[in-house]
Amino acid sequence: MRLCDLKSGQRGRVTALHTVGSMRRRLLDIGLIVGTLVECVGRSPGGDPAAYLIRGAVIAIRDCDSANILIERWDPSWA
Amino acid sequence: MGLTKNASGRGAIDNGHIIDRESHELVIALAGNPNVGKSTLFNALTGMKQHTGNWPGKTVTNAQGRCTTEKQHYVLVDIPGTYSLMAHSAEEEVARNFVCFGHPDAVVVVCDATCLERNLNLVLQIIEVGVPVIVCVNLIDEAERKHITVNIEKLEACLGVPIVPTIARKKRTLEALFKRLDSTAVKATAPVTIYSAPIEQAIAALTPPLAQKVGEQLNTRWLALHLLARDDSLSATLRTVLGYDLTEDPTIAKTIAEQRKELACKGLQGEALRDNIVNTLVVQAQEICKEVVLYGKPNYADTDRRADRILTGRRFGYPVMLLLLMLVFWLTITGANIPSQLLADGLFWLQDRLSELFYYLGAPLWLHDVLVLGIYRTLAWVVSVMLPPMAIFFPLFTLLEDVGYLPRIAYNLDRPFARCNACGKQALTMCMGFGCNAAGVVGCRIIDSPRERLLAILTNNFVPCNGRFPTLLMLLTIFFVGTAEGSSVAAAALLTILILLSVLVTFFITWLLSKTLLRGEASSFTLELPPYRRPQIGQVIVHSMLDRTLFVLGRAAAVAAPAGLLLWCMANITVGDTSLLMTCAQFLDPFARLMSLDGVILMAFILGFPANEIVIPIILMAYLATGSLTDVTDPMQLREIFVANGWTPLTAICTVLFSLFHWPCSTTLLTIHKETGSVKWTAFAAVLPTVIGMLLCMLLTAVVHWLS
Repeated sequence: MRLCDLKSGQRGRVTALHTVGSMRRRLLDIGLIVGTLVECVGRSPGGDPAAYLIRGAVIAIRDCDSANILIERWDPSWA
Repeated sequence: MGLTKNASGRGAIDNGHIIDRESHELVIALAGNPNVGKSTLFNALTGMKQHTGNWPGKTVTNAQGRCTTEKQHYVLVDIPGTYSLMAHSAEEEVARNFVCFGHPDAVVVVCDATCLERNLNLVLQIIEVGVPVIVCVNLIDEAERKHITVNIEKLEACLGVPIVPTIARKKRTLEALFKRLDSTAVKATAPVTIYSAPIEQAIAALTPPLAQKVGEQLNTRWLALHLLARDDSLSATLRTVLGYDLTEDPTIAKTIAEQRKELACKGLQGEALRDNIVNTLVVQAQEICKEVVLYGKPNYADTDRRADRILTGRRFGYPVMLLLLMLVFWLTITGANIPSQLLADGLFWLQDRLSELFYYLGAPLWLHDVLVLGIYRTLAWVVSVMLPPMAIFFPLFTLLEDVGYLPRIAYNLDRPFARCNACGKQALTMCMGFGCNAAGVVGCRIIDSPRERLLAILTNNFVPCNGRFPTLLMLLTIFFVGTAEGSSVAAAALLTILILLSVLVTFFITWLLSKTLLRGEASSFTLELPPYRRPQIGQVIVHSMLDRTLFVLGRAAAVAAPAGLLLWCMANITVGDTSLLMTCAQFLDPFARLMSLDGVILMAFILGFPANEIVIPIILMAYLATGSLTDVTDPMQLREIFVANGWTPLTAICTVLFSLFHWPCSTTLLTIHKETGSVKWTAFAAVLPTVIGMLLCMLLTAVVHWLS
C-alpha cells in the first residue's frame, strides 16, 4: 500500500521509495529510508497534506508525494 | 519571523558569509537541524537579541556575534538550519558553504535531545567534512519532561568528539560548552562513518590524487566521496572556492571515471550510489541512538497530538486560526488606546516647551518652524500612532511563534496554496511580512523551488507590514467603528476581514501568476511540525516589546524626521501664490479622484516611498498646512479634519485599499532586487500591487457612483 493510504493513528514500514530528484534526497535527509517505521498522526483541515511521525519528528507531506512511498502495514508482532 | 531590528528594514539585506573578525578571534559556526534552538543558544552565548521562534527556517542568513571567555575571543556565526550538507534550498546552501568552505575554527552542531536520531545524520556529515566539531545536545529539559534520557558519555565514545548537554534558555548550562571551546575543539581522528566496501575502495583510490592537488586545504576523504556522488551544487561552489575545476585535472578525472565504472559494476551509480551513502549515515545514526537514548514514556507526544487535533483538525483548524487572529487584533486595539493617548500628550506637551525654548532663546521664526513644526511634529506623530500598536502586536505574535503555532498555519494553508500551484511555506513568509515586508522577502529563502519562491517574493507586499498596520487601524476606527463602548471588537473584526482580503488577493495573484508568467506545477513539499514548547512569556514580551520600540523609534528618526523637513519645506516654499505641496497635490488630484482619493493622499503615498509610516502624518500636515495640530489621538477630532477636507467613507475605504495594495517601500524593493537579482522582477513587484490597488479603487468608485 502507499503511505498516503495510512489513516490517522495507523503505522507502516517503508518498503520502497519511488520518489526522484530533490524530493528523494529530502526524504532521505529526514531519515525516511527503506525499513523506516512511519505513523500517520493527522491530516490538515484541507485534507492534504498529512502529518507523519518519522524518527521522532512530525513531518507534513503532500499526498502526491507520499503516494510514491510504498509501505507495508505495521504488524504488532514486530514490536 | 526574523523580526528583530537587525533583521527587518535595511538589516534584512543579507551580507553573505563575509565574517568580520579580528586576527586573534576564533570563528565558531553554530550548525544544526532547523528548529533545535540554535538562535536561542546564539543569543545566550553572545548576549545578542537575534530573533528566535519555534519554527524551522527562521534563520535564513548567517548572523554573527561575539563572546569572550577566560581564555579566548570568539566570533559566533549562527547559520541557517539544515537537515544535511547536500543542499536543496538557498538557505541550506548558505549553511553548507559556511561549514565546508567558510574555514570556521570549529563547528558547534546543535542537536535536539528529543529527536537525536534525525539530528545525528547531520552531525555525522559535518564530522566527515574534517572540521573540529563539538556536539551540543540541546533542549535537555524538554527531553526530561518527555522522559527521554541521553547517555552523554556513551555518545561521546561513539562519535569521538566532545558532547555537551545544554538548555540554551538557562545560561549556567552553557559554561560546559565554553570550557570545551576553550580546550580547543578536536577533530575526529579516525573516520566515524565507514561506507560499504566498494565505496571505501573508490574513496581510497581517489584520495591520493586529490591530496596532491588540494593539499591540506580541504578534507580529501570528504571531497572524494562527494565528487564520486556527483553533488552538482557542491561542484559549482567548489569551482568558485578553489578558483579552478578539480575535475579538469587529468589524473583526477581519470580516477573518477574509473572508480565510477567500478561502482557501476556493483550496481552503485547515480541515485543508487547517493542512496547508499545516505542509508549508511541514517542507519549509523539509528544504531548509535539505540545505544545512547532511553525512552522512559513511549507515548510522550500525546499532548502534542491532542493539541494538533484541534489546531490543525478538519473541524477546528480554520476557525481557530481566524479567532486567534482576531484575538490578537482585539488585544492590540484595546491595549494601544491608552498608551497612544499618553504618548501623544507627553510628546505634544514637549513640543510646546520646545517652542517656548526657541522663543526664549530668540531663535528666528523659520528655524523654529522647520525644527519644531516640521521635524519634531512629524516624529512625535509617527511615534505616538505607530509605536503602541506595534509594541503590543509583536509580543503577541511572538508568543504564538514561540509556542510553535506558525508552522501549523503553513500546514493548514498548504492545501489552498497547492491549489494555486505554490508552497504552503509561503504562509510563513506572509507572517513575516506582517512585521516587515523586506524581512518577509528574505524569508522566502525557506522555499526550495525557485518558481514558488519568486511567487512568494512578488506577493509578500500584499500583507500589510508594520508601517501600514496602524494606518489601517486608525482609518477603520475613525470612519467605521467610532469610540463607543465595545467598539474594539468591531474594529478587530473589520481588521480581520481586511487581512482576509489581503490573503485572498495573495491567493488569487499567486494562482494567476502560476497560470501565466510563472507557469508550473506545485513542487514537492515537506514541512516539519515542531513539538509545542512552553513559551517564555515574560522574556518574550519584554524582549519583543523592547525590540519593536527600538525598531519603530529608529525608523522614525531615520525616515520621519527628514520627511518632516522635506514636507515643511514643500508646504512653505511657494510657486506663484500656492505652496509647492499644494501644486503637486493639485497636479495629482484629477487622477486621484478616479480612485476616490485626492491629490494630497496620492502624494502622501508617493512621499511615503521610503517608509509607509509617514503616509498619514503627511496627509494631516498637508491638510493642516495653515492650522495647528493639537490633539492627534482624539479620533473624533481627526475625523473632523478629514471630513473638512472632503473625505467620505468611500475615501477612507479607498485609502485603506490603496494602503494595502500599492508599491512596496524602498527597502523592500531593494531587498527584492537583491533576492531575485533581476531589475525586471523588481519593477514587476512594484507595478503589480500598484495596478491592483488602482483597479480596485477605481472599480469601487465606479460601482458606488453608478449605484447612487
